[in-house]
Amino acid sequence: MTTTYEPNKVLSNKEFKVVGTRPVRPDGADKVTGRAQYGADLQLTGLLYGKTLRSPHAHANIKSIDFKKALALEGVKAVVSAKDFPETKDTANYGLGDSPMNYFRGNILADKKVLYKGQAIAAVAASSVHVAEAALSLIDVKYEVLDAVLTAPEGMAKDAPILHDDLFTKEFEKQTKVNSNIAEHFQHKMGDIDEGFAGADVIVERTFDTATVHQGYIEPHNVTALWNDDDRIHVWTSTQGAFTVRAAVSEALAVPVSKIKVTPMEIGGGFGGKINVYEDPAAALLSKKAGHKPVKMVMTRAEVFEGTGPTPGSHMTVKMGATNEGKIVAAQANLAMEAGAYPGSPVGAGAMCVFTAYDIANVTIDGYDVVVNKPKTAAYRAPGAPNAAFAAEQVIDEIAEKLNIDPLELRLQNAAKEGTRRADGPIHPRIGCVEVLEAMKEHHHYQSPLTPAKNGGKVGRGVGIGFWFNIGMQSACNISVNNDGTVNLVEGSTDIGGSRASIAMHAAEVLGISYEDVKPQVADTDSVGYTAITGGSRTTFATGWAAYEAANDVKAQLIDRAATIWGVDPDSVEMEEGVLRSKTDTELNMSFKDLSAQLNDTGGPIVGRGAVDPSGIGGSFCGQIVDVEVDPETGKTDILRFTVVQDAGKAIHPSYVEGQMQGGSVQGIGWALNEEYYYSEDGRMNNPTFLDYRMPTSLDLPMIDTVIVEVANPGHPYGVRGVGEANIVSPQAAVANAIKSAVGARMEKMPMNPAAIMEQLWS
Amino acid sequence: MPATKVHVTTTINGEPVEFLAEPRQSLLEVLRDVVQLTGSKEGCNDGNCGACTVNMDGRIVDSCLVLGVEAEGADIQTVEGIASADGLHPIQQAFLENAALQCGICTPGFLVSSKALLEKEPNPSEERIRMWLAGNLCRCTGYDKIVKAVMAAAKEMAS
Ligand code: FES
Ligand code: FES
Repeated sequence: MTTTYEPNKVLSNKEFKVVGTRPVRPDGADKVTGRAQYGADLQLTGLLYGKTLRSPHAHANIKSIDFKKALALEGVKAVVSAKDFPETKDTANYGLGDSPMNYFRGNILADKKVLYKGQAIAAVAASSVHVAEAALSLIDVKYEVLDAVLTAPEGMAKDAPILHDDLFTKEFEKQTKVNSNIAEHFQHKMGDIDEGFAGADVIVERTFDTATVHQGYIEPHNVTALWNDDDRIHVWTSTQGAFTVRAAVSEALAVPVSKIKVTPMEIGGGFGGKINVYEDPAAALLSKKAGHKPVKMVMTRAEVFEGTGPTPGSHMTVKMGATNEGKIVAAQANLAMEAGAYPGSPVGAGAMCVFTAYDIANVTIDGYDVVVNKPKTAAYRAPGAPNAAFAAEQVIDEIAEKLNIDPLELRLQNAAKEGTRRADGPIHPRIGCVEVLEAMKEHHHYQSPLTPAKNGGKVGRGVGIGFWFNIGMQSACNISVNNDGTVNLVEGSTDIGGSRASIAMHAAEVLGISYEDVKPQVADTDSVGYTAITGGSRTTFATGWAAYEAANDVKAQLIDRAATIWGVDPDSVEMEEGVLRSKTDTELNMSFKDLSAQLNDTGGPIVGRGAVDPSGIGGSFCGQIVDVEVDPETGKTDILRFTVVQDAGKAIHPSYVEGQMQGGSVQGIGWALNEEYYYSEDGRMNNPTFLDYRMPTSLDLPMIDTVIVEVANPGHPYGVRGVGEANIVSPQAAVANAIKSAVGARMEKMPMNPAAIMEQLWS
Repeated sequence: MPATKVHVTTTINGEPVEFLAEPRQSLLEVLRDVVQLTGSKEGCNDGNCGACTVNMDGRIVDSCLVLGVEAEGADIQTVEGIASADGLHPIQQAFLENAALQCGICTPGFLVSSKALLEKEPNPSEERIRMWLAGNLCRCTGYDKIVKAVMAAAKEMAS
């Protein structure tokens, strides 16, 4: 090799002053010195400690609960159960759509019936966490144990035990009277699927099963709640959405939102799993019952595995047909995903993404949302899409193999473009699918020979591409000018991966000041306008946009103020690169810094506001190239080389964009090779520890090379597309395709652990 | 019913510290709840995530697997003791400049582990760094930028 290869490329086509640079994050010093305050670090005067009693059974009726002995234990201050919820309306909506109140509350504290092992039944507040734990073992619950269903096919079976006697299947958007575990069956249709397959020269059809996996954030869920003597509630918690928590606590406890304040603490990872609200309402109830004392609850790792998350296991059949020339003419998918205990699996999102990278005339997609006796699933980075891509991207690979066409070439030949219609309805706006595939094809990795084996195994290469649509939603931001030429920025998005920096950069760019002169702060729900979750890859896109609006508001006011000082028409004044000047009189100019020092004497403070609910959402495509080595004797797979290419639209802070791409890809690798909820027949998770639920370590991985593609999203002032999720969609399929290329085994089951690979090799 | 507490004398981050610990309390619990040093984090409480890593008498340990009473006479360094009056340690600076943290919950453990490595081996290979840090889980970064930060800190400290 003559040229030296430089990893981590940014294929940028528009440059800005601050946007696109890589400054140190504003919360950095606190986070490398141990000073950052995460939820579990909070100490309040008079603090009590709460613990949750959880179901030992996957499916059971609760006959009775007796708290007598627990309450008699010294140090126990209060107990709560579902009986402590006040009367209220029938549906709950905490910002993510309506759900039946009994399902919503059931997942906080179960009433009458438990639907998964680990479901919360009651909670205790005590003087120490050890006393609270001791009290749990003194609560006497009588159960009538029922048969459990653990997978979507089991749940859909005719004679399956039924989880909910009030759940009736919704079929093609119509409510039926059929009581079953199938909450919903929907279909997307485009063209004529039979005609499509009739015109195909090759057809591949396969059925895939994937296991339940967890988001795996290192920080367990935690909450501290104080139900004050004046009936105002204050909640400090680790969450992806402070306003979501406020609404959920309000709905659960029938208390108006104006009486609830939520302070988002630093958050130790979420990946979608810290959108749902778990112990927060119970902690507030305990606080009230314990005489208005603050109550802190921190989950154990086992509670996190058994009582929160996960993302669903799935059962999927995908069939695709292509002509000999490589045109994909028909695609059909049957996706059944586990919702967990209550309806709401991400199968809808999976269906929106399954064939979205391609322009296919004839498509039918059926989706089934199936309740099973596992924890209620929560969002996990592009929820539903990785399952679907594991199926579709392997079928495409097999078509390429059958047609003897390069797998990236086949994808390029059929790639979706601006104007391509998605089977679920929308027409693609400007997207970067082709650009991502081209960057993959031209990449040093793809152009290089296979990475040599390290341990004498067989090597192979695989590729995959995935799509995530991203979301917009509401964000708010205020910016106030300090008299030393800096600004304070207040926003409502909890910062999980450096978003304080990327949001501040929007404001610095508008004002033409340096990044260091913007001081961002994440505020509580009393101190900033409504801001939806940090999720759906929306934070930099939407909250960044709110900062852009707020900064433009500040800018307009600065121009007004300068015009007043100079006694000229504001229309004749402009502000560029941090300097205000008259467009007509070159004598009249003043730096932002000088003007800021005069504000208090020339009319008072300047505060800008930004509030958005943007519609110009730009979906993101992301592809991976992976070289693996498989030991044909044991089935152990090692990742030898890995490259991820994603369209960011515009990378505001390229290092944090790369971080998302690398982190999402590595979660995908863990999901592909190791991670799974390993269930006993009666529905107990056998591996609720990090020892047995094995996530990738540094030793399992090579460097994760990145290419940021920038196809500007026309719907955002700087062209931003969200980058948090598309990167987890196709690593699993890319790994599967690489394993196929290495040892010839087509992997229909995930995880592709040694046992699964050996089973496939021997079959 | 509460067990009798044991009096323990230690050095933490260079300062003499005395505390009372219940025999069942882990060092992590003591550090966080008794001594009020909350920089060390709990991710699993069973020795599998490394978020609670501290340096004890020159060895890195998961403080959730050590009992508070075992700290008698020990010299302990936590994340709070890495920076000095002169400012951040090169490893801390390297983590910031290389964007080696996203959520930051794993960072205290990684910093304590990495610092111990660089004190023993000033110029470790990528492979060696990956091996050394295998006891610290990070779910956000995919480790790439963490490994690069450790390499950058090694370079900085050598210069
Ligand atoms: S908390 Fe000690 S290793 Fe995880
Ligand atoms: S930065 Fe979040 S776990 Fe490492």
